[in-house]
Amino acid sequence: MRSDRESGLGAPPDAAELDTARRSRVLMKGNEAIAEAAVQAGCDAYFGYPITPQAELLEWMAKRMLELGRVFVQAESELGAINMALGAAATGARVMVSSSSPGISLMAEAMSYMAGSGTPMVLVNIMRAGPGLGGIGPSQSDYFQATKGHGHGDYRVPVLAPDSIGEAMELTATAFELAERYRTPVMLVADGILGQAMEPVELRFRTPERHAFDWALTGAAGRPARIIKSIDLDPEVLEKRNLALQHKYREIARHEVRWEGWQLEDAEFAIVAYGTAARVARSTITKAREKGIKVGLFRPITLWPFPERELARLSRHLHGVLTVELSSGQMVEDVRLAVEGRCPVAFHGRMGGMVPTPDEVLGALKALRGRTERTRGESHAVAPPRAAPAHVTATYEHSETTPWIHERVRREGRR
Amino acid sequence: MTLHAPDPAGGVAVGAAARLVYHRPDVLVDRSTHYCPGCGHGIIHRLLAEVMTELDLPAHTIAVAPVGCAVFAYDYFNVDFVEAPHGRAPAVATGIRRVRPEAFVLTYQGDGDLAAIGTAEIVHAAARGERITAIFVNNGIYGMTGGQMAPTTLLGQRTTSSPNGRDAALMGYPIRITEMLAQLPGVSYAARGTVADVASIGKLKAMIKRACQVQIDGGGFALVEALSNCPVGWGMTPEQSMEHLKGPVVEAFPTGVIVDRGMSPKPHADTGCPAPAHPEA
Repeated sequence: MRSDRESGLGAPPDAAELDTARRSRVLMKGNEAIAEAAVQAGCDAYFGYPITPQAELLEWMAKRMLELGRVFVQAESELGAINMALGAAATGARVMVSSSSPGISLMAEAMSYMAGSGTPMVLVNIMRAGPGLGGIGPSQSDYFQATKGHGHGDYRVPVLAPDSIGEAMELTATAFELAERYRTPVMLVADGILGQAMEPVELRFRTPERHAFDWALTGAAGRPARIIKSIDLDPEVLEKRNLALQHKYREIARHEVRWEGWQLEDAEFAIVAYGTAARVARSTITKAREKGIKVGLFRPITLWPFPERELARLSRHLHGVLTVELSSGQMVEDVRLAVEGRCPVAFHGRMGGMVPTPDEVLGALKALRGRTERTRGESHAVAPPRAAPAHVTATYEHSETTPWIHERVRREGRR
Repeated sequence: MTLHAPDPAGGVAVGAAARLVYHRPDVLVDRSTHYCPGCGHGIIHRLLAEVMTELDLPAHTIAVAPVGCAVFAYDYFNVDFVEAPHGRAPAVATGIRRVRPEAFVLTYQGDGDLAAIGTAEIVHAAARGERITAIFVNNGIYGMTGGQMAPTTLLGQRTTSSPNGRDAALMGYPIRITEMLAQLPGVSYAARGTVADVASIGKLKAMIKRACQVQIDGGGFALVEALSNCPVGWGMTPEQSMEHLKGPVVEAFPTGVIVDRGMSPKPHADTGCPAPAHPEA
């Protein structure tokens, strides 16, 4: 932050400016913007542990929360941080933790407990590349973790995926709302680019309304004691708890799906992407439209609940769908489930902290178009696959029935 | 022992002329526990309930239950309870403490929970001098899961996971974790007692009371280790287990107050660490 000020890129706000100039446009780093949005959303307590690329979020909270007389604790580990959050949230406090991929793996245990016991919390994952210690470059390789897993047991958490710093700020407030409305942990996922990049944002903050909780632990004065727990050794009772959870998830899936469509009105093709990949896709779409390819963007904002019905409806009018991710292809599985074979679904991704260029994605889109033009109305017989040469190893094929990559290799090889 | 007014719901028929000399503290729920016959948890629950009642704590207590035999502690106390993942009770309690400065925050953990999987959490809660009272029940075994070796299992002790006895060469030595924690300047009070006999039970109660009082008065971290028995896990009768507790267990884990730094922990003389920022009493 200091270095940017010195280099004249624009003065980021200090704390006092943020309080007064709530609607001016300032240049802010994603991590700091998310942190300040949480502060303004009324976050009572933040617990964290340093990890790149989310450390600025922790640092911002260290300064701001103490300034406001609120709770900030740098824990001994991610385990410590999220369990402190569990304790604070159990008393009805508005609580946030943040980390990056390897730290989220450690937090998975408590996520399961909090989902099982109905404890609200906002958890931010500024994703980096894995597996293992991996690298610190941007990644979306935690899609499976965020939407299908983290901890053990039959549970889900709402997952919000902004594609701009401004949207990240808005969704931070939304995350607190969802957490308290449904008594659940809520994840906000962004890749390292959104966490680290600076862009001008309008400082529009929102403080979700406070509610009295009839479950919060405040001391059993004048009322029966309350218990927040996830254990039930009686299978019949535990099944009922699980059924109640599943009912809650159906309600969330019914009411909380969020997505954005862009240039889809006349689209024959759609790129499905979220976060930074969606921003690359926008550039691709602009270029493609100049070349006469009718393509639009379908951007899931809630990764869970995934906008399944909306994508299904759209896919009836499409010739093909290209999914772009900073991963080996994780969301593409949900895209395929939604499309249900109504049109071909192709994938293009980069891993390890690499980000696809708009031209690279355009190449994949053209290959998909070429393939659909050849196969539409014809039989599904395809050319036998050939091994991809080294220069296209960044493109990953996902199904025997998506031979567009071979077409592309053949065509580009001829050039 | 303080006498309490009769509880109408207690079901004890008390004649007009009778004098009640022993009574279940109101904070204890009137139900039988899931603990095995002869287990010390019941005694420790009772002591804790008596102390909480005497100090007028139940109405503003938020307690943290562990994973292990005491996982169902919330079923036996009429206080607000949250269940922590295995070993994480001190972190959960930290979160409660920080957002609820007025609450009385209590953790109850066993030796597998506190001295093995939760080592980092207990050490750092103590290091931060969190204003928490921790009850640490050490029976030298994982009782809930069927009597496996714990970090506090004695050398030579047979368990289901050390069938030939704990061998230091393979399995290391028992941990005296209360002495370890007592080194930290954030710890206001650390003591070890036992439920081995009536006299010890009285002393243990005084330790628990002191550990609670330290928190009420605004001190730092307070810990009481209660040496307890596990007749089933040890393969003994309750009587034999009490004899074993009095003998080799107390020999390996000496009882007494290890440190009492009073209400506001002072800088540690050896390390020069600053005292934690706790409000003076």
